[in-house]
Amino acid sequence: MSIDMKQFHSVFFEESQEHLDEMEHLLLDLNTEDPDSEDLNSIFRAAHSIKGGSGIFGFDALGSVTHIMESLLDNVRQKKLAITSTMVDLFLSSVDVLKGILESYKSASEIDWTNVNKICERLEQVTRTKESKANDMDGFGFFDEPVSFNTEDGFGFFDDSVVPSQQDAYGFFDDSPVLTDLNHDSTKRESKRVVKNFTHHESQSADFQVTVSEINKVIPQPEIVTAAPPAKIKSIDASHSENSSIRVDVAKVDQLINLVGEIVITQSMLNLIGQRIEGDLGEKFQSVAAELERNTREIQEAVMSIRMLPISFVFNRFPRVVRDLSTKLGKSIDLIIEGGDTELDKGLTEKLVDPLTHLVRNSIDHGIESAEIRADRNKNTTGKVILKATQQGGSIVISISDDGGGLNREKILAKAHEKNIAVGEHPSDADVWQLIFAPGFSTADEITDVSGRGVGLDVVKRNVQSLGGRIDIESSEGVGATFTIRLPLTLAIVDGMCVSVGDQTFIIPLVNIVESMQPLEKDIKTLAGNDQLLLVRDQYWPVLPLYRAMQIEPQFTETHRGIAVLVEANKHRFALFVDGLVGQQQVVIKSLEQHYKRVQGVAGATIMGDGSVALILDVESLSTSIKPPLQHAS
Amino acid sequence: MTDAVAKYKDQEFLTFTLGDENYALDILAVKEIRGYESVTKIAKAPAFIKGVINLRGDIVPIVDLRIKFNVGQATYDEFTIVIVLNIQNRIVGIVVDSVSDVVSLNKDQLRLPPDFGVAFDSRYLLGLATINEQMIILVDINELISSEEMGLFDSHHNDVV
Repeated sequence: MSIDMKQFHSVFFEESQEHLDEMEHLLLDLNTEDPDSEDLNSIFRAAHSIKGGSGIFGFDALGSVTHIMESLLDNVRQKKLAITSTMVDLFLSSVDVLKGILESYKSASEIDWTNVNKICERLEQVTRTKESKANDMDGFGFFDEPVSFNTEDGFGFFDDSVVPSQQDAYGFFDDSPVLTDLNHDSTKRESKRVVKNFTHHESQSADFQVTVSEINKVIPQPEIVTAAPPAKIKSIDASHSENSSIRVDVAKVDQLINLVGEIVITQSMLNLIGQRIEGDLGEKFQSVAAELERNTREIQEAVMSIRMLPISFVFNRFPRVVRDLSTKLGKSIDLIIEGGDTELDKGLTEKLVDPLTHLVRNSIDHGIESAEIRADRNKNTTGKVILKATQQGGSIVISISDDGGGLNREKILAKAHEKNIAVGEHPSDADVWQLIFAPGFSTADEITDVSGRGVGLDVVKRNVQSLGGRIDIESSEGVGATFTIRLPLTLAIVDGMCVSVGDQTFIIPLVNIVESMQPLEKDIKTLAGNDQLLLVRDQYWPVLPLYRAMQIEPQFTETHRGIAVLVEANKHRFALFVDGLVGQQQVVIKSLEQHYKRVQGVAGATIMGDGSVALILDVESLSTSIKPPLQHAS
Repeated sequence: MTDAVAKYKDQEFLTFTLGDENYALDILAVKEIRGYESVTKIAKAPAFIKGVINLRGDIVPIVDLRIKFNVGQATYDEFTIVIVLNIQNRIVGIVVDSVSDVVSLNKDQLRLPPDFGVAFDSRYLLGLATINEQMIILVDINELISSEEMGLFDSHHNDVV
């Protein structure tokens, strides 16, 4: 074969990943008492598709596992074998193993064969118990599907090769013995038997024709048997095209987004020029420009939406997480997912997985009480965890709620005291809850292997912040707790306040801004060394003049003539002194590092409506330029 | 050195002036030539890094070689020229006094660079050539722009600047 198969690998990996996700999803939803035959068929098809593909590309490990799964699933599907929850568990762990194998193939790393063999062994055990029964009952042993791997797979491969002729069958066996080898589930068990089986197979290839014709004789409508698998494949394709999608390189989409950004800027420059044209022509120009403006906005929205994915891509993994965890902890838990079709940027969905997983585990482990305690408290013994996503304006709000015990104020305060974390005199509940995000903080009475080591919540908070979001907690004792994550819709856009210093504009991310004010002269205290403090409602905020941090010539140097923007980042609070506020707007973040390098205090740059470049401030790194004695002054 | 010269034989160079001196750089590194436009200043950058501009959506740093090498007058008007370069997949604009010509040079026309007498360190020079009785200094623009001295690229040892 002269075609370079490698070019198809990435497509196969992606598709297999999707098939595995689908399989896992369906398995979790499967009702073992009365399994839906369509679901079973879908699971079977997913396994079949992966097997087919892995055969073509020579991914033996994938093929061997999916093959056994497929035969087992085929029995279930044909109601020859009743599905049990142990089997579902087994299938789920097979899916896990398959995911691992897929990852290994993707990264071209070593495959964990012990795991592969173990899962094959377990799957075969189930198959064998079934087989022995089947053989007793069924006289047509050879044609009985669970046993007749050769015939079945022969057909499978006939279907893959376009012309289902005998010639092809031979060609196939000759070309890739690996594949035929795969089709013997027994090969993985004993190398001796592999050889035996294999030679047996070779010798059989001559009378394969007989086998096929025999089948033709025995099975009344052989065409259907051969035709069935391709028909199935077609129907899968058809269902794909219903909500048809194409795979596009992210770089291409990003380029498109860039270009559209350029059009928007050019268009707004055109608008500015248009305003200077007078008379009839000017009016005409402006109406055309308005039309153009509307169209460009629509194009921009449409292009931005390409990167958007429903959040169900993240949420769908949680039924599994909850199932595993609740079994492990012996708690009975219902997971309710709402708003799974809320869309957000692809880059965000990928980075949300870890923090969300952590919070869900946290809710189940610490939040939901054990069944006995719940019964004591007159609660439903089945706990409830609600995962919910909504879009509110330009942000996405994701909440994880549980109906567990809630946070314990006293316990947290005591722990904070023990860990020497500074707490105000009469902290509000919200302030107390934020304490649990401190590094190394855990109030779990005992450390479980699920959570409680105190490494985590601070990481969750950091992750969320790095995505430009924030996290809040609401809790009431005995009723439950809700963690709410607010995120911008996309990574590429930040909500910011434009401020001016001298002739330059800077953007302060809105998430960092507490408030803006024009300070009174009497509230400004000057310390030795020209450092200033600003008194706001009985609290002193250190003042950082932006002109000094950015080394530019300002309009005002006296603090009371400009504007003080109170900002907060990572526990540091200070007042940024600027010349004036320009306005609030969403800006597209551009990288400075791509062609230059990182600049302290600057998170990135953006292009303003007039085509000029404005720097986006990184409040957290600016805070480090404030002298240490002032950092705790607030 | 001879290897580097051989590599550039029969190649085209873009000549430009800095003060009274004529320089040339490999034309394949040139992305475009444009007029100087106002820049956004960057804090804590050396004086020769004027700031950044928006080049069709890319944020591109602008370096004034006249300030860097202390030649000519660093004035900015509508005739000020920026040569936009593509060096190691990064885009950098350099401000020069003027752009003159595109010349084709081969190995035989090149002489070894002097160790002194020009604004550039000889590390960044490929050699000298004489065209129409004028001396042209061939700059190894790749080496110059990516050098630590220019500080345009983050080096691995010192990524917090």
